[in-house]
Amino acid sequence: MTAVVVSGLTKVFNQGRGDEVLALSEVDLTVGDGEFVSLIGPSGCGKSTLLRLIADLIEPTAGTVTVADRPAAQARREQEYGIAFQQAGLFEWRTVRRNVELPLELRGVSKAERRAKADRMLELVGLADFAGHYPGQLSGGMQQRVAIARALAVQPPLLLMDEPFGALDEMTRERLQSELLSICAKTGTSTVFVTHSISEAVFLSDRVVVMSARPGRITASIEVKLPSRDEAGRQAPVYFEKITEVRQALRA
Amino acid sequence: MRRVLPPVLFGLLALVLWEVFVTAGRVAPFILPAPSAIGAQIVEQKQNIWDAALASGANALVGLIGGTLLAVLAALAASRSRFLGEVSIPFAAVVNALPIIALAPILNNMFESTSSVPRRLVTGIVVFFPVFLNLLRGLREVSPVHQELMRTYAASGWTFARKVRLPGALPHLFTGLRQASSLAVIAAVVAEYFGGLQDGLGARITSAAAFTAYPRAWAFVAGACLLGLTFYLVTLLLERLATPWKQRLIS
Repeated sequence: MTAVVVSGLTKVFNQGRGDEVLALSEVDLTVGDGEFVSLIGPSGCGKSTLLRLIADLIEPTAGTVTVADRPAAQARREQEYGIAFQQAGLFEWRTVRRNVELPLELRGVSKAERRAKADRMLELVGLADFAGHYPGQLSGGMQQRVAIARALAVQPPLLLMDEPFGALDEMTRERLQSELLSICAKTGTSTVFVTHSISEAVFLSDRVVVMSARPGRITASIEVKLPSRDEAGRQAPVYFEKITEVRQALRA
Repeated sequence: MRRVLPPVLFGLLALVLWEVFVTAGRVAPFILPAPSAIGAQIVEQKQNIWDAALASGANALVGLIGGTLLAVLAALAASRSRFLGEVSIPFAAVVNALPIIALAPILNNMFESTSSVPRRLVTGIVVFFPVFLNLLRGLREVSPVHQELMRTYAASGWTFARKVRLPGALPHLFTGLRQASSLAVIAAVVAEYFGGLQDGLGARITSAAAFTAYPRAWAFVAGACLLGLTFYLVTLLLERLATPWKQRLIS
């Protein structure tokens, strides 16, 4: 099974109008099972558009998207993926626990099971003590962790993330990166991760996909094999080599 | 205690100054009666004030509930249909600009003189607009992230309304209700100035004033003030109970 297959994907916004924009042109991308792939590129290169197409939040102009061997629309209806955005997007009238429970609730999971799963996810992101709090009482980093717990709650085979750590400070960001990696490793989740941080992409990914702007297309795909994904990994020579490689690919 | 004490002290001080101003300045009671005289009337007219407040309170409550229910239904409909939404806002703004209380004499002529319906109708119409406009704004303000998330959950339109739109609009509903609760009492009291059944606070105020019994008129005004305050406080209490996530932010 392949987590994501994108082929010949083209997206034109405002087609046939004066402000027509070619956001993506002939994009091919495959994400293997359990693979962690980052999409990186300058703003406006269509990386978020690509993620939204995979999530079936927008429709492609041409080409196909397959998620878990199914058309994207079907995969969305069957909740084959969890998604997290740059904004946590929590429902402020629900407690932290009930926020995490929401996708389970909509799937018709029983109350007891819902609660057990939500609590396990909150424990995973280190927020077990805050289950009864409202989002407004949490810091931005904590809210983002709740959003990730919510994305993971249905234990989806695929995780889609659109700059989820973009609004966080460096310290929180690095801690969440490690948490995310350990969660993905534990659950075997495949991940598509949109970012504009080179170091973040290299540290997290098995593969960094570099995109160029106008029209958005994939210009390079760089395999990363760090000896370990921890502090030592961040200081390994290969880490810096890959950062340089990605940077050069972005400049090209 | 520290939140209650300053306004209470300020109120007492204002009453004392008022008393001194009236007695020392020898202000005629038909211009401004002293608070002590009004207080004496409140004690004397206790039962009458209570009865009249119950009558006005019942009118205000019926109007408030009826107007709110209608406003909620109308806002739900207007938020679902683009056409209704576009038509209703300018329409509501125009009707809201009418002095609705001025409908009272017309409505009074439409019903029996023993009917409470005209006052309740006026109250209901007055209540309708703040609730409708605030709630409609709330129902329309759905964050794009929430919209996309619900789409990824493959949520139906009805689920979306129930889980996101309605709870998200609750604070707006209560903003409207807070305005409406005070307006309801004002409308129920003032509607009586234009005839109809004369058993509420408004009728008592006009008749006392007609008999130049100004302290008594003021005693009923004080009753109306307390009635309005009660409505407002009950609404605040309901708001606290219904939107617990807002309260935890403040405390």
